[in-house]
Amino acid sequence: MLEFLLLLVCASILVSGVLAVCLKDVMPAMVASGLASLFAAVSFLLLAAPDVAMAEAAIGSGLATFIFLYAIRKTGNGKG
Amino acid sequence: MMRHILVAILVLLFGLIFARMVGGYVELDALRPLALDYVTRAPVELGTPNIITGILITYRGFDTLGEVAVLFMVAASVGLLLKKDDGKASVAKVSSDKVTGEKTAAAKPVLARTEAARAAAARAAAAKANASARAVTTGTMAVKSARGAEPVEDEETASQREPSEIVRTGTEVLLPLIFTFGAYVIVNGHLSAGGGFQGGAIVASGVMLMLLSRPGMKLNVALLSIVESFAGVFYVCLGILGLVLAGGFLDPRFLPIGTLGAFISAGAIPIISALLGIKVGAELSVIIDRFRS
Repeated sequence: MLEFLLLLVCASILVSGVLAVCLKDVMPAMVASGLASLFAAVSFLLLAAPDVAMAEAAIGSGLATFIFLYAIRKTGNGKG
Repeated sequence: MMRHILVAILVLLFGLIFARMVGGYVELDALRPLALDYVTRAPVELGTPNIITGILITYRGFDTLGEVAVLFMVAASVGLLLKKDDGKASVAKVSSDKVTGEKTAAAKPVLARTEAARAAAARAAAAKANASARAVTTGTMAVKSARGAEPVEDEETASQREPSEIVRTGTEVLLPLIFTFGAYVIVNGHLSAGGGFQGGAIVASGVMLMLLSRPGMKLNVALLSIVESFAGVFYVCLGILGLVLAGGFLDPRFLPIGTLGAFISAGAIPIISALLGIKVGAELSVIIDRFRS
């Protein structure tokens, strides 16, 4: 059961990573990359590493995504 | 075509490397010697049920100090690169330059005209008055256009930044919980999962939510910098205390270890953890604030 769940989460990491690379628009790509980070945090939690999961969830999917979003807005949604 | 083949070969090579790694993977049924050493020693020597915090703050304390130093460098360099008043000042300077330039350009022909028509004093005076009036109007027009450009920009950013009702209400409900959880994670680092770094990150994400819901809010960056610097200084001072009173730099055992699992236990680890949490939280908040403005 745990292994199945872990495989599912890892597949989600892969899918959202590919989405982050392939999406044309910058904003959805950023959200996809934050999602990949969030799934990575879940996988750390399933692998019994709650300390790393906490740091990943707070920094990787929270702060980093929003810093990127601020930067994207400043540069004119990635077009300018 | 050639490039595609090259890329395909590269991908295949990477695949080979990973295939070897995956093929040679055997799940360990016992801990490696180093891990076993840490796992058996940490609860006895340091009194930390959460072995990871014990390792991070004591056995690998120097690495944690380096990590915090790197974060400090990042905050400082981000502050240097994204200075707040630079953009506005340059814009104001350019517009004022433009205005003065136009004024002088308008004033020059006035002088020429008055010199040519010196014989007719009345005409010259009239021309002067005319020209100066024109210069004034052009100047004010330039100022007006410069001013007119700015509020439009401000309105645009304001409409972009206006948070929705959901964000505002959600922040009011969630913010105390997030801060409390961050403080809990920081001070319980030696007992349960978490510690200074994770708790600081949680507090900083709470600060981020606060900044998102109140765009007009100003973070007191100077105070945060001072708090952060003092936390760093105290951290190093505790390390030196460990060097003098106990086994080595950042050794937390100069305070009594106490009973395993009690809230006040594990020597100086909770204090170091709290200082770390304050430092990391303040640094990340400052970084977010720099990117926001």
